[in-house]
Amino acid sequence: MEVPILRQGQYLIASIQSALTDADLSHLREALIAQVGRSRCRGVIVDVTALDVMDSFAVRTLRDIAHMARLRGAETVIVGIQPDVAFAMVQLGLTLKGVATVLDLEEGLAFLNRRTEERTFDTKPKKPSARG
Amino acid sequence: METKKSMSVSTRASDPQALSESSAGLLRELVAHLRQNRTQLREEWARRITRAELLTAMTEEEIFAEATAVYDNYVEALETGTFEALQAYSRRLSERIIPRGVETDEVVGIVLLLRDVLARSLFTKYQDNVEKLNRILDSYEPAANRIANTVAVGFVEERERIIRQQQEAIRELSTPVLQVRERLLILPIIGVIDPQRARQLTEQLLRAIRANRAKVVVIDVTGVAAMDSGVANHLVQTVEASRLLGATVIVTGLSPEIAQTLVTIGVDLSEMATVGDLQGGIEEAERLLADRAAPTTQVREIAPESQR
Repeated sequence: MEVPILRQGQYLIASIQSALTDADLSHLREALIAQVGRSRCRGVIVDVTALDVMDSFAVRTLRDIAHMARLRGAETVIVGIQPDVAFAMVQLGLTLKGVATVLDLEEGLAFLNRRTEERTFDTKPKKPSARG
Repeated sequence: METKKSMSVSTRASDPQALSESSAGLLRELVAHLRQNRTQLREEWARRITRAELLTAMTEEEIFAEATAVYDNYVEALETGTFEALQAYSRRLSERIIPRGVETDEVVGIVLLLRDVLARSLFTKYQDNVEKLNRILDSYEPAANRIANTVAVGFVEERERIIRQQQEAIRELSTPVLQVRERLLILPIIGVIDPQRARQLTEQLLRAIRANRAKVVVIDVTGVAAMDSGVANHLVQTVEASRLLGATVIVTGLSPEIAQTLVTIGVDLSEMATVGDLQGGIEEAERLLADRAAPTTQVREIAPESQR
């Protein structure tokens, strides 16, 4: 099942609507990384609100997307992890270390706005945000 | 008691067949006797209860009223051999008297007293006919034992039900998630944390983070006396799960004892932000919240100049 990737200003938004197979996830990763460069965007939001299960492959793919996008010049934020999913992930040791996660799409946009403004206008490096 | 037992054994050995045939008739006779002497036996029983200083939480009138009801139910159970009505009654009785502070031994005590009172009246009535007394007791004893059992079990079950209910209520009460101001939640934990409660705490906290769109959570463990590695690890997991929902967690009020245990048993808390007390934790949280809001406004003010 194809995940739609929407462009919103400087950001790409991938909204996952249903459970994905490993192949779908890999495909999403490739499509996102390709688009980051093509559309010269500054941020990526992956919305996982609709997922009620997250396995190790999904978590690894999300982490890879974040790291790869960073190499291509875009910040990534994962939004909409459900409480139950969050706790299950932590119990399995899948903590998405080094990847920004926020509550929902709105927070994700605010987070990216903050990040890109910091990068655009500040010459000296800011102290890393608590979200880091 | 001693003689009675040995006699009943000898009777049973001599003619078990005849006994079972006539036992229904004997039971009828027994019930008739108990009905006939209802007033006198009931009063005797109430008197013995008072003398033994049982049911001290109740007045004499109440004891007499309950004694009457128990007596009638008792006789009915003897007569019909069915215990449902008695079970229901003992449940209702327990519901009434447990809040008054009546103890298990008192309930067992009064039922055994009634058994004793009735047995004595049988002894008096049949003292000239030992053979008959024996057979009467043979049919009376098992039923009486079962009645005593039913009432005691009913009482204990009711107590356990109340205890379970209260445990549930305490659990619900003991984990409030409070919103101090927009985006800031406080979770004060008081008392012992067992795995079940830890799990419930986490669930409630994660739900609250979502519902209140919280950015910072202060978990205050001042009221927690001890923590083992299981609970500490659970705390770490809670912190990480909260981060996945976009909230930063600050843990405050770790007591010296807990700090020592955690370091000694080697729980890795390096990922956890800890502050000495709740006040410090809230101050730190306000700083974090201000930090978060600041860049947008600050940068916007500076931006035009730096762009020029």
